[in-house]
Amino acid sequence: MSTETLSLSRAMNEGLRKAMENDPKVVVMGEDVGKLGGVFRVTDGLQKDFGEARVIDTPLAESGIVGTAIGLALRGYRPVCEIQFDGFVFPAFNQITSQLAKMRMRSLGTLELPVVIRIPFGGGIGAVEHHSESPEAYFTHTGGLRVVACSNPSDAYTMIQQAITCPDPVIFFEPKRRYWDKAPVELDLSAAAPFDRAVVAREGSDVTLLAYGPMVKTCLEAAQADDNRSIEVVDIRSLNPLDESTVLESVRRTGRCVVVHEAPVFGGYGAELAARITEKCFYNLESPVLRVGAASTPYPPSRLEDHYLPDLDRVLDAVDRTFEW
Amino acid sequence: MTIDAAHGAPPGTGAQPPPELVQLLTPEGERIEHPEYDVDLTADEIKSLYRDLVIVRRLDTEALALTRQGELGVWASLLGQEAAQIGSGRALGPGDMAFPSYREHGVAWCRDVDPVKVLGLFRGVNHAGWDPREHNFHLYTIVIGSQTLHATGYAMGIQRDGTEDAAIVYFGDGATSEGDVNEAFVWSAAQNAPIVFFCQNNQWAISEPLERQSRIPLYRRAEGFGFPGIRVDGNDVFAVLAVTKRALDNARSGQGPTLIEAFTYRMGAHTTTDDPTRYRLQAELEAWKLKDPIERVKAYLVKSQMADKEFFAAIDEEAKSIGSDLRKRCLELPDPEATAIWENVYATEHAPLAGERDRFTSYLGSFEEVTR
Repeated sequence: MSTETLSLSRAMNEGLRKAMENDPKVVVMGEDVGKLGGVFRVTDGLQKDFGEARVIDTPLAESGIVGTAIGLALRGYRPVCEIQFDGFVFPAFNQITSQLAKMRMRSLGTLELPVVIRIPFGGGIGAVEHHSESPEAYFTHTGGLRVVACSNPSDAYTMIQQAITCPDPVIFFEPKRRYWDKAPVELDLSAAAPFDRAVVAREGSDVTLLAYGPMVKTCLEAAQADDNRSIEVVDIRSLNPLDESTVLESVRRTGRCVVVHEAPVFGGYGAELAARITEKCFYNLESPVLRVGAASTPYPPSRLEDHYLPDLDRVLDAVDRTFEW
Repeated sequence: MTIDAAHGAPPGTGAQPPPELVQLLTPEGERIEHPEYDVDLTADEIKSLYRDLVIVRRLDTEALALTRQGELGVWASLLGQEAAQIGSGRALGPGDMAFPSYREHGVAWCRDVDPVKVLGLFRGVNHAGWDPREHNFHLYTIVIGSQTLHATGYAMGIQRDGTEDAAIVYFGDGATSEGDVNEAFVWSAAQNAPIVFFCQNNQWAISEPLERQSRIPLYRRAEGFGFPGIRVDGNDVFAVLAVTKRALDNARSGQGPTLIEAFTYRMGAHTTTDDPTRYRLQAELEAWKLKDPIERVKAYLVKSQMADKEFFAAIDEEAKSIGSDLRKRCLELPDPEATAIWENVYATEHAPLAGERDRFTSYLGSFEEVTR
């Protein structure tokens, strides 16, 4: 076992490097991923080491990035696409939802599309519009896609490698406000949890917080800050498929649950969690499942994002409310 | 450039085709020369092309009949586009990969896809019954133009593999307005990808004529993207074969993409749900009937004494029998089991889907118990 302290961005980079070393069919493609190393430096140095045929600076055309990745996968490659920012994924929406997601089913299982689409997501960095969005529910709603989100450097390192070896298409969300957080990263993958499993990030007995991506850290801080209650934090990690048993086991034990995400609450991923928990843990629940998320509006100008996004206080406010029943 | 010029002069209306249109066989069945393109075909090869043209038209007729009888949900007829599809399909090498739209039944025939598998999609028993890798013929793609990017990516894979193959992608005149098609042009040019863009300009995107899509002839679009474009008489199987072969060879030898505009005509409706009498004149259809892709090959075979009455009768008979066999096998296509809904969605385990499937299975089972 060997560990190294890395930022989340660097851990992604090391994970990609490992995957490229392990399999010559892995190609990285996206806008500015070559010489520049990506706007978040996730692909820093990869083109230098693996060449322009494997690290492709693409035209500025997101539909083209995903569409040609599909073609490369049909030819036996394992493309890892970078969509530069969450808000730029929509030009590729048809290619992801109508083409990538469905091709295995449409071909009666004869075609495999091991395409990974990396999307830096979420807000909190003071960016201009279209650079802070949380579009995960559009993709979790689409059968045929796997959707995952990493929350820390260690998961970034392992989950990207697991995603690349997965035969199914994977939408891989990276919490952009956590790119520069550092933590020890376990470089040996053998003990890592499979990337479709949720993990208990912090054990507790009074209430369960369910979160993924950037909100895991917020929830951990909230749990730490609350001296009165023992708060459990579950990192969902895999949004589709959902690791239902880990989630239900936790809620059955604590009897209270708050779902936290940056995405707007209405029609959001939290609704799926709340519905499933209500259906399957009804008699274990002491109070209704509450959701904490963004306003159900377009993303506001960044001077307002501290109000728009959930923070420690709003999480603890929701925790308080679950005890009012 | 007027809007009318976007249509170009229809082939065969004058003694000579316009210089921008590659034609090797006139609608009257006269072999003509072109300064840049030619094909050297034996009598047997020409007869074989003729056979393909007749058979795919017969399969199309059968599918139309099956639709009218309620056996297919819908059908997109290739009537009038046989030469564009057979000419290009026969130009392909075994290692070349074809990406069709949804009307390329003639190309499917050239790639040895069992026609009943094509019917499966239109009958609604599956979305595509053939293995694309076995035939080097990808799935039909219905969202217009999406497949042009898949073909481009595939061609980039060919480049990385270093093999002497090429990709060809089929789309229509309407598709040239789609963003994906234009992105595919940009990408393949930037990558110098070994790809042929084969546009069947059948003049109508459902009800919209070409002047709703373009101010210039479509083949000229290529120039702006940095690769050659060429317009071929899409009803001339010889010319289509010659032009496509050249474009594929160019792709293989590292010269990058070519856009071929096969100038043809959709003789039938867009699909069986469409009514072309609402938007186009009968006179236009009648004019194009004179440029029929099959009749001109027949006329040439007769004039050059390569084939006799018995040959034509035998082909008709064979086409008829392939058609009735297709009909029979179409009617025998079984409906899939309900649980097929959950099959092949993921390669890997997906517990929530498995749960849904199991609950639905036991729900269905509860009916059986009642009937017992």
